[in-house]
Amino acid sequence: MDGRVSAPPAVQTSRAPGAAFILKKALISAFVALVLFSLMIGVRTEAGPQGQLVYWTRFDDLAIMVAAVFGGSILVELLRQWWGPVDTIRVVPPSVQTALAVARRGIAPVLLVFTFLVPVLFYDERYILDLAILVLTYVMLGWGLNVVVGLAGLLDLGYVAFYAVGAYSYALLATNFGLSFWVCLPLAGILAAFWGVLLGFPVLRLRGDYLAIVTLAFGEIIRLVIINWQTLTGGPNGVTGIPRPTLFGIPLTPADDGLAALLGIEFSPTHRIVFLFYIILALALLTNWVTIRLRRLPLGRAWEALREDEVACRALGINTTTTKLTAFATGALFGGLAGAFFATRQGFISPESFTFHESALVLAIVVLGGMGSQLGVALAALAMIGGFELFRGLDQYRMLVFGMAMVLLMIWRPRGLIGHRAPTVFLKHSQAISSDLVKEGHG
Amino acid sequence: MSGDPILSVDRLAMRFGGIVAVNDLSFDAERRKITALIGPNGAGKTTVFNCITGFYKPTSGAMRLTHDDGHAIQLQRLNDFRIAKLARVARTFQNIRLFPGMTALENLMVAQHNALMRASGLTFLGLIGAPSWRKAEQAAIDLSRTWLDRIGLLDRADDAAGNLPYGDQRRLEIARAMCTRPALLCLDEPAAGLNARESAALSELLLSIRSEQGTSILLIEHDMSVVMEISDHVVVMDYGVKIAEGTPRHIRDDPKVIAAYLGADEEEAIAVMESGT
Repeated sequence: MDGRVSAPPAVQTSRAPGAAFILKKALISAFVALVLFSLMIGVRTEAGPQGQLVYWTRFDDLAIMVAAVFGGSILVELLRQWWGPVDTIRVVPPSVQTALAVARRGIAPVLLVFTFLVPVLFYDERYILDLAILVLTYVMLGWGLNVVVGLAGLLDLGYVAFYAVGAYSYALLATNFGLSFWVCLPLAGILAAFWGVLLGFPVLRLRGDYLAIVTLAFGEIIRLVIINWQTLTGGPNGVTGIPRPTLFGIPLTPADDGLAALLGIEFSPTHRIVFLFYIILALALLTNWVTIRLRRLPLGRAWEALREDEVACRALGINTTTTKLTAFATGALFGGLAGAFFATRQGFISPESFTFHESALVLAIVVLGGMGSQLGVALAALAMIGGFELFRGLDQYRMLVFGMAMVLLMIWRPRGLIGHRAPTVFLKHSQAISSDLVKEGHG
Repeated sequence: MSGDPILSVDRLAMRFGGIVAVNDLSFDAERRKITALIGPNGAGKTTVFNCITGFYKPTSGAMRLTHDDGHAIQLQRLNDFRIAKLARVARTFQNIRLFPGMTALENLMVAQHNALMRASGLTFLGLIGAPSWRKAEQAAIDLSRTWLDRIGLLDRADDAAGNLPYGDQRRLEIARAMCTRPALLCLDEPAAGLNARESAALSELLLSIRSEQGTSILLIEHDMSVVMEISDHVVVMDYGVKIAEGTPRHIRDDPKVIAAYLGADEEEAIAVMESGT
């Protein structure tokens, strides 16, 4: 004996639960499936010819589903025992991991160059250009909301309100007073930021779930006010005839004073699309630049500190009230700018464009991307908006596939695509901080 | 008591509903001295701390803080973050409250928030990268580096604070409080959970803060070896009232103090009596 005690193979002992465990788990799953599907699949209801309720039972289908769940549960459990615990080393070999790490460093510049070239590469494909503009709008919204949710850790479910304020600000200022897009753009941003502060005041004392509910209500209030204040906003009819942006006062129209005529080239409606593309790209990059700068400034660091520990912030003399308000205002500012762009692109806006669904979508982008990560949010916007279009061929199963993809992603990457945090300042070398340590904020 | 107190607590009382946590407590903390607040568990020490640092609003009583230039501030009239910002009272917590997802360096940078906020022109000068801002930022990094060096964590400056060992986190929290350039440093059980060697290093650090920075220190501590070694003045509390105060030597022999500790915890009483002998 050399005196050393060899550690027992812990992994071996913790695995391999008996048949009883597998059976029990399968039975529970089958029972849950029975409860869930008994009304969804077991009973079919329809309106009869005279409008009465007609229903019939489909117990055979129900039985098939429950049996499938029972069998599937056993199969998954057996597979899990055969495969062992899921970890990155087993799933992705180390060589691939290093390659991925190298690729990760290059992905941002490559994406940026590609984005700049999109109008050149896809000049003739109107559909792709439109989609790219849509994706970039959501990238910008995601980056804007990222300030509030990702950095300051304040869960905001009513972000669409600022998008709406920005859009209506531009639409109303332009149609009523004839102000140009470039004058209205900063005004729309400032107005949205103002509303961000107004929302911020009542919710300062709230945390977590309560904050989420109040912000959700705020989003709905803005929408309902827009619907009902018909004399100003046109109510459900919306605002029409919103002017298009001009290039230093030169309109992009086939008219004699249009850009095409001045340059002596043939007019094409694609010119305007490309112009819009570069406007939203510039706005999105502005959002990104400001956010990256802010993170390295005391204000941005205070946001992140607020997310980590609010009590400690107060003990260090940080005014948590103004810090939270600036986070709301900054996020709202970018939402407002994106809203103004949305209005000028569509030429028509109505309250239907600003439902809770939009807030949820933008929040999903931020969470999916990894809270606080700029690149992650951009990738998530690409996946959520672009990927959704990609599945268009699947028709009615699109939502199902999409939902499943999200569930899988949340299992493998619970903290989003880019889950780690990059330090804002370093002495020797910057090392990424694991998401296990980074707090998500408590409202 | 004569001398030049930085903090005078006068008839402080704190009631939570019917429970009297602190009752009619008066004591002074001398400038550039270390004052220890001791007492059995539940004596109301942390409540006193929370009143001084603005986390609680006292039911009655006054707390006057006098800066070196003679400017006096009534702490009970300030609330929330203003005590830390205007009165320059910094504190640490019984259960460490670092920013775990930020690096050690970042923790110290956050502590200099108010100074940096001014230097960055409320963010606008910083956003355009003005030279004055760059200089201020470099100065802040240098101050952080100095403190990291003093607590022996220079090598781990870029590690997440949550990844540091327990003793390092304790020292980092003290350094973070010191980066706010406080007039009065309040430490809530800084030696809790430290081993003998770490406690000795802590005592050394606190003594050097007092002598080099000239910062007055008020601390709550259960580790009697630390209290007896570094305190200039000790205030003993039990059931929300002051039962004794004086020099460590004086306190150690006070029968009332021994009785209070005996009534609460035999081991602690023995520790009080044996330490320093």
